[in-house]
Amino acid sequence: MSKPILEIKGLKKHFASKKGWFQPATYVQAVNGIDLTVYEGETLSIVGESGCGKSTTGRCLLRLLEPTSGEVWYRGQDLTKLSSKEMREKRSDLQIVFQDPFATLNPKLTIRSILEEPLIAQKVPRDKRAQIIEETVQIVGLTIAHLDRYPHQFSGGQRQRIGIARALMLRPQLIVADEPVSALDVSIQSQILNLLQDLQEQFGMTYIFISHDLGVVEHISDRVAVMYLGEIVELGRKEDLFKTPLHPYTQALISAIPVTDPDEKKERIILQGDLPSPANPPTGCRFHPRCHACMDICKTEVPKETFIAGQMVRCHLYEAKKES
Amino acid sequence: MNGQPSVLEVKGLTTQFSNRKNRSVTVVDGVDFHVKKGETLGIVGESGCGKSVTSLSIMRLLGKNGKVTSGSVRFEGQETLTLTEQEMRKLRGNRLAMIFQEPMTSLNPVLTIGRQIGEVLQLHTSLGQEERKRRVIELLTLVGIPRAADVYREHPHRLSGGMRQRVMIAMAMACQPQLLIADEPTTALDVTIQAQMLGLIRDMRDNTGMAVMLITHDLGVVAEMCDRVLVMYAGQVIESADVRTLLRNPKHPYTMGLIRSVPHQAKGVKWLYAIPGNVPSPGEWPQGCRFAARCSEAMPICQEQCPSLMKMEDGSECRCWLHVPGTEGGERP
Repeated sequence: MSKPILEIKGLKKHFASKKGWFQPATYVQAVNGIDLTVYEGETLSIVGESGCGKSTTGRCLLRLLEPTSGEVWYRGQDLTKLSSKEMREKRSDLQIVFQDPFATLNPKLTIRSILEEPLIAQKVPRDKRAQIIEETVQIVGLTIAHLDRYPHQFSGGQRQRIGIARALMLRPQLIVADEPVSALDVSIQSQILNLLQDLQEQFGMTYIFISHDLGVVEHISDRVAVMYLGEIVELGRKEDLFKTPLHPYTQALISAIPVTDPDEKKERIILQGDLPSPANPPTGCRFHPRCHACMDICKTEVPKETFIAGQMVRCHLYEAKKES
Repeated sequence: MNGQPSVLEVKGLTTQFSNRKNRSVTVVDGVDFHVKKGETLGIVGESGCGKSVTSLSIMRLLGKNGKVTSGSVRFEGQETLTLTEQEMRKLRGNRLAMIFQEPMTSLNPVLTIGRQIGEVLQLHTSLGQEERKRRVIELLTLVGIPRAADVYREHPHRLSGGMRQRVMIAMAMACQPQLLIADEPTTALDVTIQAQMLGLIRDMRDNTGMAVMLITHDLGVVAEMCDRVLVMYAGQVIESADVRTLLRNPKHPYTMGLIRSVPHQAKGVKWLYAIPGNVPSPGEWPQGCRFAARCSEAMPICQEQCPSLMKMEDGSECRCWLHVPGTEGGERP
């Protein structure tokens, strides 16, 4: 196996929510203690429903949000300890692609100026900038003629290409892709997914791919982490995880994917209710109120990490089995 | 289901929007279809192909700029395009109901849930206040909302996305409609909640015998819910078939492309199939087949002439020169 590029240890992000002046602040536990190792050149996906903390995790890794506690080690350096100036230098290695490319492209700037910004921030000499910009737009499948247009003149798929080009400007080592295809139609979605895979081959980048769409995740990932209410409940190689999902939540997620075959009647686990509020998570295993295999122990005790054939799962079902 | 009468019959529906310069742009171009009692018809296609405008034209909710310029929409045998606004209002929310993609933008944030659903009953039934309240709570329970009596008094912002969509469904079901138009009802929801919602709509349909027109871009949802499917591209119907024929044996290159691009489908393949290019915007439709520029099978004739919707042997319909007998590389005049 290749070397780890990013090691996340006990990452936590709590948001304070103040009700009134004299009341104590309550904390929304968006990310609650994540341990994760990302290896060089792989695509690691983080999946989960909205509100499970997957985007917050992605942002904390790049310190676009300051983590409450925990460590993020990138090539022997703890990113959380860096000063903001040092962090800014590190950002040429670590980039992000957002979901809605329209919301993250300044409507008043031409594509050329949008793409130039990361180069200016990293003090790339002026005479080199034009060359890098022209090279990169062609890599992502746009033309030089597009450079002097404004974001509103592009379709959704093209805007996402611009978002990817911007992340690519500094030739990063790792890209956090936060729902990069969720806003796109299927036919455009596959164009962008192919582009991302192509770029990974060309530049040997590592991806952290955040998505709620298991179909997309199954296609693009090497390993998958399933998050529920701020915690990773299962982690494993894609093939194992989709073939033998261990955690009841993963099982439910996978069984809920609609298949394009009218005759494939699968056993469907339909979860009851919604994701509970992360401000007031359930005791014990956080998934227990919606779990179809809930036992008494689940209501009171937090399950520990259990490893079964290389797959990590946090569930009392497997803890008990291992002991007996 | 063949013996059932049609609840809705749409013929040659054409809708135009006028822009600031008063130039009108056709968005829906001669769409024909029908929905039978108890049936679920799916309308699929990418964004910008006219699915939503079709449904808004049927509901007559187009707004100031939009206008149905020709065609006919018959609902339960009655032409609705010529009804007055007042008559239309009696139909909407009563015999003909609609749910939208984003429930938060369709609910009034300053009114309680109870008041909003009660409004439908107040308009269309003669129920008294107490009876209305009882019926609303009954409806909320029916769509699977826990603590229905509490939710009755709450405002929309207190509910989660899935709960809000349940409220929308309760509102649509209030008068037991004959036809429910659901415009991307699960697109904004997570998969687990989507599975709950689809199950709910299916149960409602089976229990009341209403017809459902389901607009979606997700072929998985289509496979799960629909009896027949209409594929739209650039304002036209390009293929229509029953769900099995369409997914197993698609005829139009666009439909084939859509099915092949679904990532879940492509097991073990490194590169996904992608349709090159984008959907042309209304007003920029080419003269010939509207898909020709993106089609891998395009022939010279495709650039020149738009094919008509042809009936196939297996009962499906397809708008493509490949399936017109005698067409070979555009030799036909």
